[in-house]
Amino acid sequence: MLQIEIDGKAVEVEHGSTIIEAADKLGIPIPRFCYHKKLSVAANCRMCLVQVEKFAKPLPACATPVSDGMKIFTRSEAAVDAQKSVMEFLLINHPLDCPICDQGGECELQDIAVGYGASKTRYTEEKRVVLNKNIGPLVATDMTRCIQCTRCVRFLKEVGGMMELGLINRGEHAEITAYVDKSVDSELSGNIIDLCPVGALTSKPFRYTARPWELARRPTISAHDALGSQLEMHVKNNRVLRTIPREKESINECWISDRDRFAYEGLNSDERLTVPMIRRGDQWVETDWQSALEFASSRIKDAVAREGGNALGVLVSPNSTMEEGFLAKKIARELGCGNVDHRLRRSDFRLDGHFQGTPWMGCNIPDVQDMDRVLIIGSNLRNEHPLLTHRLRQAVRLNAAEISVVNALEDDPLMRVAFKNTCSPDDTINFLLQLLKAMSGLQRLSLCLPPTLNGLLEDVVVSNNAQAMAESLAGHGKDYDLVNPRSAVFLGNMAQQHPRYSEMYSLAEAISALCGATFGVLSEAANRVGLDLARVLPSSGALNARTMLEQPRSAYLLVNVEPEVDCHNAQLVNQALAAAGCVVAMTAYKSSALREADVLLPVTPYTESSGTFMSMEGRVQSFTAVAKPLGEARPGWKVLRVLGNLLGLSGFEYDSSEQVKNEIFGGEKPSRVVWNRLNNNLRELTEVNAKVRTESLQRVGEVPLYESDAIVRRAPSLQKMAAKKPVVAAMNAKLLAQLGLQDGELVKVSQGNGSVRLAAKCDDRVADYCVRVPICAQTAALGDLYGEIQVERAA
Amino acid sequence: MLSQDSTAQIDKELAKYPADQRRAAVMSALRIVQAEQGWLSKEAIADVANYLGIPEIAALEVATFYNMYELEPVGKYKLTVCTNISCLLRDSQEIVEHLESCLGVHCGETTADGKFTLREGECMGACGGAPLLHINNTDMHEFLTPEKIDALLAGLK
Ligand code: SF4
Ligand code: FES
Ligand code: FES
Repeated sequence: MLQIEIDGKAVEVEHGSTIIEAADKLGIPIPRFCYHKKLSVAANCRMCLVQVEKFAKPLPACATPVSDGMKIFTRSEAAVDAQKSVMEFLLINHPLDCPICDQGGECELQDIAVGYGASKTRYTEEKRVVLNKNIGPLVATDMTRCIQCTRCVRFLKEVGGMMELGLINRGEHAEITAYVDKSVDSELSGNIIDLCPVGALTSKPFRYTARPWELARRPTISAHDALGSQLEMHVKNNRVLRTIPREKESINECWISDRDRFAYEGLNSDERLTVPMIRRGDQWVETDWQSALEFASSRIKDAVAREGGNALGVLVSPNSTMEEGFLAKKIARELGCGNVDHRLRRSDFRLDGHFQGTPWMGCNIPDVQDMDRVLIIGSNLRNEHPLLTHRLRQAVRLNAAEISVVNALEDDPLMRVAFKNTCSPDDTINFLLQLLKAMSGLQRLSLCLPPTLNGLLEDVVVSNNAQAMAESLAGHGKDYDLVNPRSAVFLGNMAQQHPRYSEMYSLAEAISALCGATFGVLSEAANRVGLDLARVLPSSGALNARTMLEQPRSAYLLVNVEPEVDCHNAQLVNQALAAAGCVVAMTAYKSSALREADVLLPVTPYTESSGTFMSMEGRVQSFTAVAKPLGEARPGWKVLRVLGNLLGLSGFEYDSSEQVKNEIFGGEKPSRVVWNRLNNNLRELTEVNAKVRTESLQRVGEVPLYESDAIVRRAPSLQKMAAKKPVVAAMNAKLLAQLGLQDGELVKVSQGNGSVRLAAKCDDRVADYCVRVPICAQTAALGDLYGEIQVERAA
Repeated sequence: MLSQDSTAQIDKELAKYPADQRRAAVMSALRIVQAEQGWLSKEAIADVANYLGIPEIAALEVATFYNMYELEPVGKYKLTVCTNISCLLRDSQEIVEHLESCLGVHCGETTADGKFTLREGECMGACGGAPLLHINNTDMHEFLTPEKIDALLAGLK
């Protein structure tokens, strides 16, 4: 620790910290533009000049390390003089067009100019002009306003993982640009809007819609991935006009993904359902709540009276709140129905009944950054967990972590991957077996594998790649902390949606146990863990999200589900719903995917309701509405409560969502319940089949970044980003040649009894003998996300 | 596309740096490619970046920072006359004017036949030989006089 003095205040600071860090710790303001605590130090704006005793010239506080006994003056005449001069220089070429600038009112340049700028300029010469760049649908540019702080450049390089912007030319001609006409494609790009201290980079969708002081700022949580990022939504006239991050170091730091930032546009979509609708023949007729709810409850009652509780199937979107899920389950249970599930994109449920608790991430979010060895199985990281990927990237950047990836797709996670194995979904199991065998050969602890697995491993031949990966994961020959290993094995979304997830899970668990790694599941959706904890799951022996469709029910209750794009098998769910006598859909949107419904109950998106989400690290976060419900839409928990009343069920007398939440947690503190319940261990290992070798073409059905949920699918700017990557049937060159197809040629892709026409695309990131066909409205005629698929030249 | 010859030369440069620091060779790589192609097109810069495995914009930053990298096509012979202080005191202005009248172009321009580009340059750190110029960044000529210029131009085919 070093003793220093800033403006007469003594302070102890750590060795190696800079003056600005020490001042920030003391709460002494030093003006700055280029410095940002999360980015490398560039020291190019010079706004932070301070006077230091014994130095003849002012020094930049952001780049000057403190030394013992240093005396720093931030407000002395010399310091303020220097700061004012820098300000004058910065303003020389700045257009000073605040009245027409979107940043006005929240501009760092404006704020600091009030404190340090002169009231009149001495510069009468011509100012420079910089041409604007079009860097895509999310970020608007006014490059003449840029002060070349390079925060945007450093962010994209250091946090985004890809240097997409740069500072070209020099001196007066310096300007920020992407390479020639490229756009910025990072899935974290929106953060440069927050970072830019001036109005050079602003939000394209938000542009010119409001001044910051007109906006009500309301806290909420992200509903688009399982990180639980803390957001602030800005509302005017009951419309959410933009979203920015709230700073939360242990979750999202000061960043959010573009999906979290721009999804709000979907809240204001024209497709919002604002009145209840009942189907009469082929017609949708608007109706009032009373009639709609009575219609729904009488149809459900009829079905249950006719065939018993088992007549009903309840599907809850994993992005629903805990309260919604819990009430939907409660209705089902009270009706004597156990067929409730929220794991809509899963297809393998063999682990049901084998879990000791609720599966979760296995560690806390910041821990990821401290890992030094991580194995990721079945994840297209940047699509599934954009911001968590950044934590992993920091582990690589700062700790030189060794990352291993096993997946059917080889998309670049924008970090150095030490070992990878790209293979078909079925081969993944075989590879994990090799990994397990290699690991058991390396293990230092005398942990025994269960005999079932041991027998299986006998015939397994370990490849060099598996051996190397196992050695890396075990920290073989390296000087890692073995008592407190910082290693992890994570299962991604693609693993969870895999038809042999249970086998992958068992093997991954065994592998992590052998090397002492943290084992966890990176949850698929905002509230996957919460709904599991609230037991929005089939009761024992009842039907799950898949069997409920394979054995069609007479009545379905859908909570926030767009069936064909939210479920594992679009064909299957469409067939089941078409055959059902009654489909009650609670939805925020009019959706063609709900064409088979009989009644549409307009519920609000989560932003117009109170509720609770639980993130993948088990953090319980409740939120209140940021806006009033649109039209006649009502919060889902209220609708379910009234439905419960109308069905004549007892125990539905809630006045607030907190009461529901209390019931879920049995009146206890949520954190206590959570820590008792989160558990990734299996009671016993499931059967693993080492012999499966599929000869047929396999579909790899990924969920694209901006197809994840109903709100995101209706956010126009995100959809413009998505449109840059058209929907195709992608396969590697080898397969393309084998099928006699040309890159770009139109092909007929079929599964089961459905087919779609797509362009074939050569993509060497796809594993051998696999075809990458995403799930989206265009491919809704197809079946399983993973499974056999046929591809032929379109006639 | 980079020629085999260029990549061979770049490889030699790369060997001077640690394997994970390929970026370090960017200046030499750009110089090598410019020597071969005469100037650095956006494609050439991207090729260099891809060959080194660095972001294209990172190579563009370097190429636009230093003014001896040519971002537009130049003549076969690029004559850069120093007009900085020492050379100015030794009458570099006369040299510039003489060149301009011989070639029929102003500084910054290229002759219609694409043979010569005339440039003004800053101090080349060789003030002892003022006034001076260099040809294609490499070949320096000192103590210039109009007569020497005539001879020089006559020698450039
Ligand atoms: S665009 Fe903004 S963030 Fe980027 S360098 Fe300019 S002022 Fe800084
Ligand atoms: S903040 Fe220190 S130089 Fe910019
Ligand atoms: S001034 Fe011309 S070489 Fe120095």
